[in-house]
Amino acid sequence: MASRTRTIRIDGLTRVEGHGSVYVKVAGGRVVDAELRLFEAPRLFEALLAGRQFTEAPDITARICGICPVAYQMSACQAMEDACAVTIPEPLRELRRLLYCGEWIESHTLHIYLLHAPDFLGFADGITMARDHGEAVRRGLALKQVGNEIVTVLGGREIHPINVRVGGFYRVPTRAELAGLRERLPRARDAALETVRWVAGFEFPEAQLDCELVALRHPTEYPMNAGRLASTAGLDIPVAEIESRIEEEHLRYTNALHARLKERGAYLTGPLARYALNAERLSPMARAAAADAGLGAVCRNPYEAIVVRAVEVLHACEEAIRIIDAYEAPDRPAIAVPPPSHPAVGKGCTEAPRGMLYHRYDVGPDGLITAARIVPPTSQNQRVIEQDLRAAVERSLALPRADLERTCENVVRCYDPCISCATHFLRLELDET
Amino acid sequence: MSDRKPKLAVWKFASCDGCQLSILDCEDELLALAGRVTIANFPEASSTAVRGPYDISLVEGSITTAEDRKRLAEVRQVSRLLVTIGACATAGGIQALRNFRDIQECIARVYARPDYIDTLATSTAIAEHVTVDFELRGCPVSKTQLLEVLSALLVGRKPAVATDSVCVECKRRGTVCVMVARGEPCLGPVTQAGCGALCPAYHRGCYGCFGPMETPNAASLAAWWRERLGATPAHVARALRTYNAGAEAFRTQADAEVARG
Repeated sequence: MASRTRTIRIDGLTRVEGHGSVYVKVAGGRVVDAELRLFEAPRLFEALLAGRQFTEAPDITARICGICPVAYQMSACQAMEDACAVTIPEPLRELRRLLYCGEWIESHTLHIYLLHAPDFLGFADGITMARDHGEAVRRGLALKQVGNEIVTVLGGREIHPINVRVGGFYRVPTRAELAGLRERLPRARDAALETVRWVAGFEFPEAQLDCELVALRHPTEYPMNAGRLASTAGLDIPVAEIESRIEEEHLRYTNALHARLKERGAYLTGPLARYALNAERLSPMARAAAADAGLGAVCRNPYEAIVVRAVEVLHACEEAIRIIDAYEAPDRPAIAVPPPSHPAVGKGCTEAPRGMLYHRYDVGPDGLITAARIVPPTSQNQRVIEQDLRAAVERSLALPRADLERTCENVVRCYDPCISCATHFLRLELDET
Repeated sequence: MSDRKPKLAVWKFASCDGCQLSILDCEDELLALAGRVTIANFPEASSTAVRGPYDISLVEGSITTAEDRKRLAEVRQVSRLLVTIGACATAGGIQALRNFRDIQECIARVYARPDYIDTLATSTAIAEHVTVDFELRGCPVSKTQLLEVLSALLVGRKPAVATDSVCVECKRRGTVCVMVARGEPCLGPVTQAGCGALCPAYHRGCYGCFGPMETPNAASLAAWWRERLGATPAHVARALRTYNAGAEAFRTQADAEVARG
């Protein structure tokens, strides 16, 4: 066995967004290569944005991802407002947070119930899982629906909302519209709490990530659309300095650029990182639920990310209630944002459900974009996913091939990768020589 | 198809996944749908795949690589009915903006090693490569229309999907015309209905995400924008070149605007 070489190849990972594969090569009982190959056809957004009006970036970049379009709209707006040197008033930022709560609920709940829970309960998908776990699946769908309703009320529709603009919104919601949402939120919050308890009861394999965890951190808020970039190893920088600390590399086997922290290497962004850096700023019920679920101050087991996602859904429900209860309609739906008077650079960074999403644009005085850079969460997480694959395969070499393949797919799914985002799906290839 | 459940497959090409996500966003209907059809191939939602042939294939995304062109031909072969869902599959999507630019320059703007990237110079609609039985528009598609298409095809009737303009939906909804009353440039008069005239209801001009209606008069609308709303030809061209830039009526008018300078 020790002298054998084996390859594991998974062509076409399922229950993830987009096209990708896994390739692992084992020689002499050690993993020699572990590659997550994202072969989603490149869509070249950064290039397509050149020559477009700065006001078009939120709608165009939303099309990078149908699962988290709001995240793209949020980071793009923030970057453009930075380029044009305007700050939106607090009530509009609160409404953006409310919209973002909707996307967190919808995206996380989709992953928890339809994409990830089937791994723990031994089903091929959420729909077959519904035969034995009908009540849970129906609860998940109802919760997801409330997330979508928030996005629909604030944004006009759940996928590619039409109501977000640089400077604010086209129209702010009426009290009656918010009252309709408010009525449904307590039940959603209860369903979210049930979700935390449900997933906390799953059996989690032992695993520990030792990488740096990176997320926005804010003095008073669980981070969504404000804060400095922080890490578990002491990084603490303003958004403006992100590009001087993070570099991207283009590798032959993947259409997504690999990100790393300069002189420090691989890092992880997303729910585990947000929680590690901000747990004390969760809403009261979410904090209590996290403690009851046994999460501790920091959770480094990637399999348990499903619990952290559930905690974040609960937080988002409570946060949505808070925002609606405190809502006073802003004077106007948006502030005027004239193009910059001279060539300007704008940077924006917000917390997408899958992690931090950075946008940078160069904008001319004619309002046209001259350059764009977008760093999505999945491309930042690729290295850590590969390291984790390597560790998981080394732990599981004695397993029969089919089980080993399943292990690899399970590892990848823990990270909720969005390949549409990263390249703008997965194939596992395991090469054992 | 009578004594067994019809087999449904979902395929993805270059896209954002949003249109196939619309299926999972049918929270109230999803389990009922799963009772009515065998979801035989839907990698984003399930790890099991049932072999073809399939009764209905939903195809999302556009063709941007030689490999995808080959894969699409295989999908057509195993599909009795092939339905394209969304602007990418019906018109090439936002990524069709590459069709108007130099592809090498586009790749070089994004990737450090353009030699690692294998892609076609154009992003094209599914119907340019294989026979399509029904095209459902929208960026993204409307859930209601998607369920209508599936219900219709399952019983063997023609889907009731309107081909008139967004203007008709605005009138039905009682929305005051944003272009006449507020001077907002709006693509509603030339854009196919289906969204429920969403943007005007949010005080915003339609941006054409359902693509051109059946017989649009894009030249007249463009002249209106220029002459009465003060839009430049570049502005009109940009507005027509978004998610349905590859759709013929939008493409030819945008070209005319560019030629105007």
